[in-house]
Amino acid sequence: MTEQAYNFAYLDEATKRMIRRALLKGLAIPGYQVPFASREMPMPYGWGTGGVQVTAACLTPGDTLKVIDQGADDTTNAVSIRKFFERTAQVRTTETTAEATVIQTRHRIPEVALTQGQILVYQVPIPEPLRFLEPRESETRRMHALEEYGLMHVKLYEDIARHGAIATSYAYPVKVEGRYVMDPSPIPKFDNPKLGGNAAIQLFGAGREQRIYALPPYTDVVSLDFEDHPFDPSKADHACDLCGSGASYLDEVITDDTGSRMFVCSDTSYCTTRQAEGHTGRLSPKGEAA
Amino acid sequence: MYVATKGGERAIDAAHQWLADERRGDRSVPELGVAQIREQMALAVNRVMAEGSLYDPDLAALAIKQARGDLIEAVFLIRAYRTTLPRFGASIPVETDRMDIIRRISATFKDAPGGQILGPTFDYTHRLLDFKLMADGAAPEALRKEAEAVAAPHILQLLDRDGLMEPLSEGAETPPDLTREPLEMPADRPLRLQALARGDEGFVLSMAYSTQRGYGRTHAFVGELRIGTCAVEMEIPELGFAVEIGEIELTECETVNQFTGSKSEPPQFTRGYGLVMGQSERKAISMSLVDRALRWEELGEDYVGAPAQDAEFVLYHCDNIQATGFLEHIKLPHYVDFQSELELIRKLRRAAAGAEVKEAAE
Amino acid sequence: MFEAEVLSGGFSNPAHESARAFRACLEAMARPGRIQPITGATPPAPVSPAAGAILLTLVDATTPIFLAESHDTEAVRKWIAFHCSAPVVAAGEADFAIGTWDALQPLSQFAIGTADYPDRSATLIIDCEDLSEPTALLSGPGIETKQPAYLPAIDAFGANHAQFPLGVDCYFTSGGQVSALPRSTKVEAL
Repeated sequence: MTEQAYNFAYLDEATKRMIRRALLKGLAIPGYQVPFASREMPMPYGWGTGGVQVTAACLTPGDTLKVIDQGADDTTNAVSIRKFFERTAQVRTTETTAEATVIQTRHRIPEVALTQGQILVYQVPIPEPLRFLEPRESETRRMHALEEYGLMHVKLYEDIARHGAIATSYAYPVKVEGRYVMDPSPIPKFDNPKLGGNAAIQLFGAGREQRIYALPPYTDVVSLDFEDHPFDPSKADHACDLCGSGASYLDEVITDDTGSRMFVCSDTSYCTTRQAEGHTGRLSPKGEAA
Repeated sequence: MYVATKGGERAIDAAHQWLADERRGDRSVPELGVAQIREQMALAVNRVMAEGSLYDPDLAALAIKQARGDLIEAVFLIRAYRTTLPRFGASIPVETDRMDIIRRISATFKDAPGGQILGPTFDYTHRLLDFKLMADGAAPEALRKEAEAVAAPHILQLLDRDGLMEPLSEGAETPPDLTREPLEMPADRPLRLQALARGDEGFVLSMAYSTQRGYGRTHAFVGELRIGTCAVEMEIPELGFAVEIGEIELTECETVNQFTGSKSEPPQFTRGYGLVMGQSERKAISMSLVDRALRWEELGEDYVGAPAQDAEFVLYHCDNIQATGFLEHIKLPHYVDFQSELELIRKLRRAAAGAEVKEAAE
Repeated sequence: MFEAEVLSGGFSNPAHESARAFRACLEAMARPGRIQPITGATPPAPVSPAAGAILLTLVDATTPIFLAESHDTEAVRKWIAFHCSAPVVAAGEADFAIGTWDALQPLSQFAIGTADYPDRSATLIIDCEDLSEPTALLSGPGIETKQPAYLPAIDAFGANHAQFPLGVDCYFTSGGQVSALPRSTKVEAL
C-alpha cells in the first residue's frame, strides 16, 4: 500500500468535515467537550489518536508541524507521529517552536510564548475532569449542564485536609470563562498558567473518549483553588544543568547508581536554543561555552 | 557529561526491522500463506472480521499474518484499514430466516420444523490432542448430500404464536452507527447490540458468565443458535429495487429468558439476542446473555448493581481496540507527570516531617 | 448553461482547498470579528464565494441546511444538492442556515442546543454587503481587549450571548471574506 492510496492528511474528507464542525463548536463554547465520532487510526488509542485526528483536520499543505511528547521532539511517539504526517500530508516539520504553525503535544506546553497564527493541539487521554470522581458519563454530563462542580471542590478540599495541600500535580483542573470545568490534559500544573491569555489557538482531542474541546486565544482560564490555599504552579527548585534556565520545567535524570542526578529542561527546543545562544549550566562542558 | 538520548527514529526503524524478521521466524520452515490462514485458521479469521467490523476473510487472514497471530493486533489492523474505506451506502437488513444453514440447534425443543443440524462443531469432541495433525496427512472428507429445500423458521416464532414471548418492538428504521456517531448514553438496544457485536469476545464472555453466576441472573435458555450464510442486498436508487451484492456468514443466537413479570409487563418469556459475523458461537451466545441483562430497565426489573446490567460499564469497556490502546499507552514516557508527582511527594513529606518536629517540640 | 452552473464552482482540489477554507473558518471563529480571506468556490448568486467555500468545507449529507428566502433559488438548491448533498429542511431542524440577515429572522427559529449538548445548535452563514465598516465592539474569548467589527445588528446578538452556553454561532460573509461571531462573544454598539 503506497501513501498515494490515502487522502491528504490520511482522513477522508467526510471525516475531516465532521471533526472540523466539532472543532468550530468547541471554539464557540470554550471548555465544553464536543462529542465526535472518532475514527480508528493506524496508531493505538491512548497514543495520540485524538490529537492526530485534530491535526489531520487542521493541516494545510503550507503548514510547518512540530510534534512533542514530554516536551521533547525526539521521544519515540513524537517521532512516530511526525513521520506519519510527513508521509501522509507531506508537510514541512520542525523542532523549533517559533517556526511551527501547528504543534501537536503530549503532556507539555512549550516554554516560549506561542504567537498568533499558531495552533497547539493536545493529546488527551481522559477529557472528563470529573471522571475520577464520578465514573458515569450520563452523570458528569448533567453536572456540567447544571454547573454543579461541588464534587470537585470537595475532592480538592479533602486533599488539603489530609495533606495540607492540593495533591494534584498534573492534569490539574481549570475553569474556563467562569463556566466549564476543563481537564487541561496531563500537563504538569507548572504549565497551567500558560493555558489562559495565550495568543495561540488551543485544541484538545480525545480519540478513544470521542471528545474535542478548545480554547480560543486570550481565553480566561483559572486553575481551581481556595482563597487560603491558592494555586501553586511549582516545579523542581533547580536551574537547568545544561542551559542554566531557572524558569523552565525540569526533568530529573538519574546519572549513576550512587544516586547522582541532574536537572534538564523538558522542552528540548527551548534548551538547545538557549545553549546555542551561549547559556550554560552547572554541567556544561567548561571552555566550550561561548 | 550527560547527553539527551537522540536517535529515536533510528531505534524505531531498527525495532520494526527486527519485528519483521521475527515474524518470518526460522527461514527453513516454509512461509505461511494468507490463503492457508484463511482456510485453516478460519475461526481466528472470523473473530478478526467480527471484532474488526469488516467482512473480508482475505484481509483478516493478512492481518493475522502481519500481527504474528496476535488477534487483537489483527483486529486493530482491520479497524484502521476499515476507517479509510469510502462508504457507498447501507445494505437492507439481512434475513436470517432465509439463511443457508450449516448449524442449527435449539436447547428448548427436542425438535423443530427444519430440524436440528449439528454442523461442524467442537461440541462432543473429546479434547484430546490429535497427534496425527502434527504429521502431514490427508483430512477425512465430510459426508455430503444434496441440501433439502426445507424452511427453517426461527424457533422463537413458535412461542410467539402462543403469545408466550414478549412481542418484538419495531426499532427505528435506521439503527444508529457507532462508527459514525459518538457513543451516547443512555444507549438504546440497537446501539448496545452493535457495540457488543464488535466487542471483545473474552470480555463479552466474562460478562455473560457473570450473569450465570448470579450477577444479574437472567435464566437464559438457548432458544436457537444458527450459523450459515445470508445474502446481502442493497437498494440501488437508479434501479429502484434491491440487488444481491454478496453473501456473508453469520452466527445468530436467540435466548429465551424466564420472566415472572413486573409492574409494567405480564409474566412471559423475554429475549436476548446475539448476531456476529462469521462462525463465532461463543460470542453470539455471550452477546445474547449480556443483551438480556442490559434490558433490565425497559422490562421494569430491579437494578441489582451487577456489572452486566450497567450499560455504561459494559459499552465503554467492551471494545478491545480502545482498551488495548489505552492500556498499552502507559508504556509511553510519562516522566513529565512523574516529575510533577516527585516534587509533590517531596513537598508533602517535608511538610509532614516539619509538623512532626513541631509536635515533638511542643 | 444552467446545468454547467450546477456542476461547476466547487473546489478544484477539495482536500487542499477545504483545508485552507477550514483554517479561515477556524481563525474567524477563534478571533471573533476579525476578517479572514476565504476562497476557492464560485457558487451561484446570491451565495457569496466566501459562503460557498464554507458550505463546501462544512456541510454534507449529515448536516441538514435551511435556505432563507433570499437564498432559496433553484440554482442554489441544485448547487448544494450536487456539491454538498445536504438535505434542505425547515429552520428549526437545520444544523446550518444561509441567507441575508433580514431573511434569516427571527433568530429564535433556530436550534440553540440543550443544556446537556449545547453544541447541537445551528450555525448561520449570513451573506452581507460589506464587512469593512465596524458597527460593534466585541469582547470575550478570542479577543485580547476589544475588537471592532461589522455586525448587521446589536441587540439580537446580545440576546444570543445572554443564553450562553446555548445559542447560535454566525459567520458573516461578503465576496471572498469571512468573519465570525460565536455565542461566547459580548457585543456592544460602537
